Amino acid sequence: MSLNIQDVQRIAHLARIEISPTEAEATLSKLSGILGLIEQMQAVDTTGIEPMSHSQDVTQRLREDTVTETNRRKDFQAIAPLVEDGLYLVPKVIE
Amino acid sequence: MSQVINNSLKQLGQMLASKQISSVELTQEYLRRIDALNPDINAYITLDKDKTLAQAKAADARIAAGKAEVLTGIPIAQKDIFCAQGWRTTCGSHMLENFIAPYDAYVIKQFDAAGAVNLGKTNMDEFAMGSSNETSYFGGVKNPWDRSRVPGGSSGGSAAAVAARLCAAATGTDTGGSIRQPASLCGFTGLKPTYGLVSRYGMIAFASSLDQAGPMAKSAEDCALMLNIMAGFDEKDSTSVNRPKEDYTRDLNKPLQGLRIGLPKEYFADGLEANVGAVVQAAIEEYKKLGAEIVDISLPNTQLSIPVYYVIAPAEASSNLSRYDGVRYGHRAKEYTDLMDMYCKTRAEGFGAEVKRRILIGTYVLSAGYYDAYYLKAQQIRRLIAQDFTEAFKQCDVIMGPAAPSTAFKIGEKADDPVAMYLQDIYTIAVNLAGLPGMSIPAGFSNGLPVGLQIIGNYFDEARMLNVGHAYQQVTDWHTRMPEGI
Repeated sequence: MSLNIQDVQRIAHLARIEISPTEAEATLSKLSGILGLIEQMQAVDTTGIEPMSHSQDVTQRLREDTVTETNRRKDFQAIAPLVEDGLYLVPKVIE
Repeated sequence: MSQVINNSLKQLGQMLASKQISSVELTQEYLRRIDALNPDINAYITLDKDKTLAQAKAADARIAAGKAEVLTGIPIAQKDIFCAQGWRTTCGSHMLENFIAPYDAYVIKQFDAAGAVNLGKTNMDEFAMGSSNETSYFGGVKNPWDRSRVPGGSSGGSAAAVAARLCAAATGTDTGGSIRQPASLCGFTGLKPTYGLVSRYGMIAFASSLDQAGPMAKSAEDCALMLNIMAGFDEKDSTSVNRPKEDYTRDLNKPLQGLRIGLPKEYFADGLEANVGAVVQAAIEEYKKLGAEIVDISLPNTQLSIPVYYVIAPAEASSNLSRYDGVRYGHRAKEYTDLMDMYCKTRAEGFGAEVKRRILIGTYVLSAGYYDAYYLKAQQIRRLIAQDFTEAFKQCDVIMGPAAPSTAFKIGEKADDPVAMYLQDIYTIAVNLAGLPGMSIPAGFSNGLPVGLQIIGNYFDEARMLNVGHAYQQVTDWHTRMPEGI
């Protein structure tokens, strides 16, 4: 599977990373090198092998559905780029 | 005072307990060394002497009150991937350049509770993505053994700090080799525990099914004492393993008679520098003298660990790093037209080239139509890799081999070639994929540069691995060697 410039632009858009045409060119050759490395996997017959997503066979723990965290809105908003009246500000989304 | 920096954690603890030195004096000695050496070595990103000395004072009071624990008053360097409340926590990235953590990571809490002193936050590859520390937004780190060379990565700052005696010990994290490879390149002892042993809470996420924190220190004994503090069950990490607390020093002095050491033929094949292989072989001869038996084993899927890792780790990273959107914390672009533009510009500005590459690879392998061919396939091969180890451990107690294929390379040598850089982790990555513990101990030198011996253990067999490392360090002195000019 080889990539082209349009693929790089599309992936960058999916990842929400702005990429200039010059950067896309440079990125294309690097990504192609990495995908070449990954391609080695295709030679392996994996029919019937169960995928391993985790090294320990553990199940998700459950806990009581109660509030355990304290309200630290002020602390958390102190590190936000832009807040007003306790709200996070972003550019207008709905017209 | 110059002696103090070579003392073990146990010796430092005894000096503090017997009032031969105070924690403030010890801390000031390290801060003085950091002032002198850090401008060139660049091991630390953030220092906060007021906070550090306040902790040292509190430790002295605790010692005076007779409430000291093993690490009380001892200055420890923390990798800048651990959130520490009130400390700038950057993860080596422009994205978090001004991020002051509002809470403590589990690991930080454990050291605080033990009364250890936080000396500062150490340099690292951006979001732990790298094997040379060259992807840090805050500049590369120099290897104290040869300052024209890299310290390894991603825990390069912690590595240089331990090697140059800019801390008594340090923390690191290891997703594909980030504790063991720098331990090999900088000549000290580093341990990546079994996945799930140390809580990931407050440890900035890279690849969640692989990330694991561990100690970086001068000896196996010091690592055991550090691991006693770091390990433990934590409700706040969904993959933290709930098992009884262990004392990792308990088996340090066990004889090695009858220990079965597995040597995987794949770890001594093409790609290993001959001089590194010779040092590793000599170390294995030493183990034979200690009574160990050698078993030839095979880990046939070793080569596949790199392609599998470079699917799984970027896939998980692309998901984890989607949180950096410029809304709640971290960098936000100054100018933008709308919300989408704000996301795209913020992330383009905030992330460095290697992080972007991995996000793009991860996004691609998870995108519609490619999931089965890449992500699912990688997870299937991951099982084959883990099964290789299960088979091997039927024949041996520990596995040994090199931790890295070469000694420290020149700064800039591989910086522009991601694939060459990725091959640095050929002997370490499979251990993360399987979730096993691995460590690197100093085994000698090649042309004046340190070489590490990797010891891989079975799940939760850290006490035995530390025993194996400690026994070697009782009959050799590689771990006591120091770089010149520090």
